[in-house]
Amino acid sequence: MDIHEYQAKKLFRDAGIPVPPGEVATTPDEAEKLATNYGGNVVVKAQVHTGGRGKAGGVKLASSAAEAREHASRILGMSIKDLTVKKVLVTPVEDIEAEAYVGVLIDRATQTPMFMVSPEGGVDIEEVAATNPEAIRKLRVDPRYGLLPHQAYGLATFLYDDPKLVKQATRIMGQLYQAFTQNACSLAEINPLIVTPDGEVKAIDAKVSIDESALFRLPEVAEFRDLDAEPASETKAREAGLSFVKLDGNVGCCVNGAGLAMATMDLVKYYGGEPANFLDIGGSSNPDKVVAALEIITADPNVKAILFNIFGGITRCDDVANGIVEAARRIDIQPPIVIRLTGTNEEEALRILEDAGYSAFTSMDEVVEKAVELAAQA
Amino acid sequence: MSIFIDRSTRLVVQGITGRDGSFHTNQMAAYGTQVVAGVTPGKGGQTFETDEGEAIPIFNTVEETVQEEGANTSVIYVPPAFAAGAIMESADAGIQFIVAITEGIPVIDMTRTYAFVKDRGARLLGPNCPGAITPGVGKVGIIPGQITTAGPVGVVSRSGTLTYEAVNQLTEAGIGQTTCVGIGGDPIIGTNFIDTLQAFSDDPDTEAVVMIGEIGGTDEQEAARWVKENMEIPVVGFIAGQTAPPGRQMGHAGAIISGSAGTAEEKMKVFEENGIAVARRPVDIRTLIQEELGH
Repeated sequence: MDIHEYQAKKLFRDAGIPVPPGEVATTPDEAEKLATNYGGNVVVKAQVHTGGRGKAGGVKLASSAAEAREHASRILGMSIKDLTVKKVLVTPVEDIEAEAYVGVLIDRATQTPMFMVSPEGGVDIEEVAATNPEAIRKLRVDPRYGLLPHQAYGLATFLYDDPKLVKQATRIMGQLYQAFTQNACSLAEINPLIVTPDGEVKAIDAKVSIDESALFRLPEVAEFRDLDAEPASETKAREAGLSFVKLDGNVGCCVNGAGLAMATMDLVKYYGGEPANFLDIGGSSNPDKVVAALEIITADPNVKAILFNIFGGITRCDDVANGIVEAARRIDIQPPIVIRLTGTNEEEALRILEDAGYSAFTSMDEVVEKAVELAAQA
Repeated sequence: MSIFIDRSTRLVVQGITGRDGSFHTNQMAAYGTQVVAGVTPGKGGQTFETDEGEAIPIFNTVEETVQEEGANTSVIYVPPAFAAGAIMESADAGIQFIVAITEGIPVIDMTRTYAFVKDRGARLLGPNCPGAITPGVGKVGIIPGQITTAGPVGVVSRSGTLTYEAVNQLTEAGIGQTTCVGIGGDPIIGTNFIDTLQAFSDDPDTEAVVMIGEIGGTDEQEAARWVKENMEIPVVGFIAGQTAPPGRQMGHAGAIISGSAGTAEEKMKVFEENGIAVARRPVDIRTLIQEELGH
C-alpha cells in the first residue's frame, strides 16, 4: 500500500528523523492560511501516489501566502498520471546546500532489508544506478540484529565528510531502519536528505510503501489508506475479499488463483483480445463472492464479454456453477458470459450451467477464443 | 524416486484443528501420506479422527511430535499472525522439511524467519504455497491428488491453480510426475527455483522439468542461468503475467513489476537465451514436454 508524502513524513517524525513542519490543505483558503503561518515562503506539493509530481507541475514554490493560494488552486483538482489531486502539502522552503538519497527496501535476491544510499540525491535513483552506479552504496541488513552502529556510520560516511554531518546522518540511518521495520515497509525512501546552510541534515521528501499483510497489527497505518487514490471497483473488491486490478480491455476475467488469472489474461491477449481486469476469486465458491465479482466486472462499461476460468481442485466446480447461476439471478448482467470449468465435479457443473442456458467449456483455449470473439462482435 | 517427499516422510500438521488444517489433514491422510501427529496448543492429549476413522494424536508443541512420533516434516495451516512463529517452532524442534501454506505473513517477519530456519539447517517450502506432492506416495499441502500421476517429469511453480492446470494436462496426456512443487508467490520464500531444480537434477528418476514462473523479482532469470550451467535434463518454462501492468500487485504479494524489472517478456527472453523452451500458452507446456521426452 502506497501512502502519501505527508503520511510518510509523520512516520519519519515519529521515529525521530528531522523533518521540516508541514500540513495538508484541501482548499486554496486552507493553503493560504498555512502559508501565512509559515511566513509565506513555502512549497505547495500535490499529494498523489505517483512519482514525477514536479515535472507534472504538482510542486510549486511560493514567496507569499497569496501566491501559495494561487498554486494550491491550480494544483488541487489537477490530474497527474490519471490521479486527481485532492490534497496539497504546505511546507516551509528550506535552503539546500547538498542533496543525498537514502532508501531501505526488501531485497528479494538476498531476502533481507537493504539500504541504498547516494550523495547524488534529489533525482531518480534508478537513473543514478544506470548512469553512475559507483555513486550508490548498498548494504544488506541482517534482520535478526538490525542495523548495527558501525554499519549506520559506514553509510553516513559515504554521504558526508564533515564529522558533524556524519553524526546526524548516522542517527538518521538508525531511525529510518526503525521506521522501516516497525511499520512493515516494503520501501522507505528519503529523497532528498538535505544539508542546510546551518549544517543541519533533514528529510524534505518521503516515500513509503507498506506491506499490506502487516496492516492487521498496524491500525494507525491502516488508516492511511486513501480510497480516492484507487478506482472504486478496487475498493469494493478488497472489501469483498477479492484480488482485483482494473485494466483497459473489454474481456472481463473471473478466475480462481492468481497465477491462473494472469495466464488467462495473457491468453486473451494471445487470441487478439484485451483483458478488462485481473480478478482472483480465491479458493471459495461462495455465491456472495461470485456476485461481488460479477458486480465489479459489469460496472465497467468497457466490458463486452465475461470469461470464467475455474480449475476445480479443492474448489468444487459444481459449487462455482451454482454460484454463477445464483449470481445471475440476483443481478442484471448484460454482456455474454462464457464459462470454463474443469476438475472436481466438472460433469455436474456443466449440467447445471447448460440447464441455466450458459455455454460451458472444459478447454481453456476454447473458452478464451470464444470470449474474445464475443467481445469483438459487441 | 522423488524430491522432498518420499515413503520416509512422517508428517505433523500445525493447526490441525482449524478449518483448513482439518480439511487438508483428511485429504493428505486419504492420499496415503503418513500423518503421524497434529499440533494445536492447548489441545495436547486429544486425537483428530480422520474421515476414514484413523486417530491422529494431537500435541501442544512440535517438539513433542518429534520425540513421541518421529515427525520429520511439518505443514503449517495457522493464521498469518502466528505462522512465522510456527515455522520457527518447527525448525527449533529439528523438523527437516517445513511447508508453510499460509498466505499473508508480513514480509518483514519472513526475513527473520528465513534466516532462523537456514541457521538450523532445515528446508522451508513457501509460505503462500500449495505445497508438494509425490504422486502415489504422499502429499504435503493442498495440491489435489487426483490430477497427478507418477512418471518422469518434475514440476516447479510459483503458482497454485496454474500448476494444477499444467499438471492436469500432463496427466491427461499420459505424462506422469516425479514430484510437483509449489514454491509460493511471496517475495521471501524458503525454497527457490534453483533449490528445487538442484533437487530434481539430483533425482535419477526425473527426466525433464517444467518450471512455471510469473512476473516480479529475478528468481526465474537466475534459475535460467543456473540451468544452462548445471542441468543435463531438459527444462520447459512458462511465465504468467505478460499483460500485467507495472507497479501493480497481481494477487500474489511477489507478483509485481518494479520499475522495468521483473517483466514476463524479460524472463521469457532469459529462458530462451539459456536453452529453456518457452511455452506461450499453458497448453504448449505439454506439447514441449512431449517433444523433449521424445513421445
